[in-house]
Amino acid sequence: MSVETSLHNTPLADVHVALGAKMVGFGGWNMPLQYESILAEWDYNRKTVSLFDCSHMGEFMIKGDAKACGLDRIVTQTIVDMPLKTCRYGAMLNEDGGVIDDLIVYRKGPEDWMIVVNASNIEKNAKHFRAHLNSHAQFEDASFKTAKLDLQGPQSRDVLKVLAPGVEKLDYYTFDQFQINGIPCLISRTGYTGELGFEIYCPWEKCKEIWKTILTHDTVKPTGLGVRDVLRVEMCYSLYGHELDETISPLEAGLDKFIDGQKEFIGRQAVSARPPRHTIGYFISASRKSPRAGNKIYDAAGHEIGMVTSGTFSPALQAGIGIGFMSRHSKDAGVEVFFGDEKNKAAAVVAKRPFYKNGSLKS
Amino acid sequence: MEIEENFLYTKEHEWVSIEDNIATMGITDYAQEALGDVTYVELPEEEAEVEQFEQIVSVESVKAASDIYSPMGGKIIEINRKLEDTPALVNKDCYGKGWIAKIEVRDMDESTNLMSAEEYRNYLDSLH
Repeated sequence: MSVETSLHNTPLADVHVALGAKMVGFGGWNMPLQYESILAEWDYNRKTVSLFDCSHMGEFMIKGDAKACGLDRIVTQTIVDMPLKTCRYGAMLNEDGGVIDDLIVYRKGPEDWMIVVNASNIEKNAKHFRAHLNSHAQFEDASFKTAKLDLQGPQSRDVLKVLAPGVEKLDYYTFDQFQINGIPCLISRTGYTGELGFEIYCPWEKCKEIWKTILTHDTVKPTGLGVRDVLRVEMCYSLYGHELDETISPLEAGLDKFIDGQKEFIGRQAVSARPPRHTIGYFISASRKSPRAGNKIYDAAGHEIGMVTSGTFSPALQAGIGIGFMSRHSKDAGVEVFFGDEKNKAAAVVAKRPFYKNGSLKS
Repeated sequence: MEIEENFLYTKEHEWVSIEDNIATMGITDYAQEALGDVTYVELPEEEAEVEQFEQIVSVESVKAASDIYSPMGGKIIEINRKLEDTPALVNKDCYGKGWIAKIEVRDMDESTNLMSAEEYRNYLDSLH
């Protein structure tokens, strides 16, 4: 059997093909890589508004008291004090302190939670939740009946407030229930681009209708996962499988502020017992040449000091940009480093996050 | 997919146009389309001696880097420095302003290892 036939399809797979998208396998899903060109889609997202199909991502629905049902012990961030209708980013760890996945917790009610996880990890995450929630919890993996559309860009609010009045009142990292064309949707002011934007969770079978309704607005263009990756690297957001995995401690990955040091959670002892071997760093190429995942990182004397986890050309900086794990003394802004291999090294300079500082995220 | 009738082609999707003993080379329309937006071309050094099908250039798009091979052996006598600042020429005009290098050919017989436009068209068809 070929790989393609084993991929999952979102409700929009045929719509993407009809729109001329170049399709690609990602995290076990058949997804649109790009519709026109990555540079054109980048420009449109940063300046106008773009629509992404993110139905591949996983949604778990949990009912129960956070502490009593075991949920609080699974996630690293504080959740018991979350106000209703807010979201909070964090992670879940294995007993060795490695990252099983990063996730966002939505508090829908005092004992009603939605957890959003990465597409490639849905199965193992569901297993982990089932193993560690107790009989006080109701758990449902709703990933295959919950679709997700991301509307992102400086004009996203102007577009969405017409279709779902009230979304203009949402603050960053809050959400509420709305209707689009009479279809119930949960809409949060969140995203993965660094621009003002919204994530729209809707029933799987109604996703096509909502996608088409949003695209009738002529300022909105569909956009693929190719540019989504460029946008997130420009913002220095981590991606599971690159900056995060089960062998990486959340401290090494720079997730310190998403860990509640005051509470008990799975992996906590291991994390505090294990000194970080290296730390995450960000660097800008001296030219248009771009670092790529797997490239090595060297100091000015030519000593190997780390490895690139994500790299791309940045349209904003008109230069290559990279994220990688490097030795702790070399991650300060301004330090000269090189990326590549023994034969071919290219110059770069360590930078402060994010690479892209002009996003409309909090506007 | 655009193919220039009088050029010769490689299986790696490079084109070459030979006049007298000077071969001008670049990447084909198929290659630039597959790569997407070209963001960087790592040009070879002038005066370098290269073998036929030796890697001479790296072309980068937003998400990936690809090796480019010399369609003919010889000495590189000129490189397209415009690509340093405007690599998008490779996308916009791959057979014209997006040329990459000129090579002084050492052995004209090597051209028998290349495909004609007709053969390259059939080759592309065979890939699908």
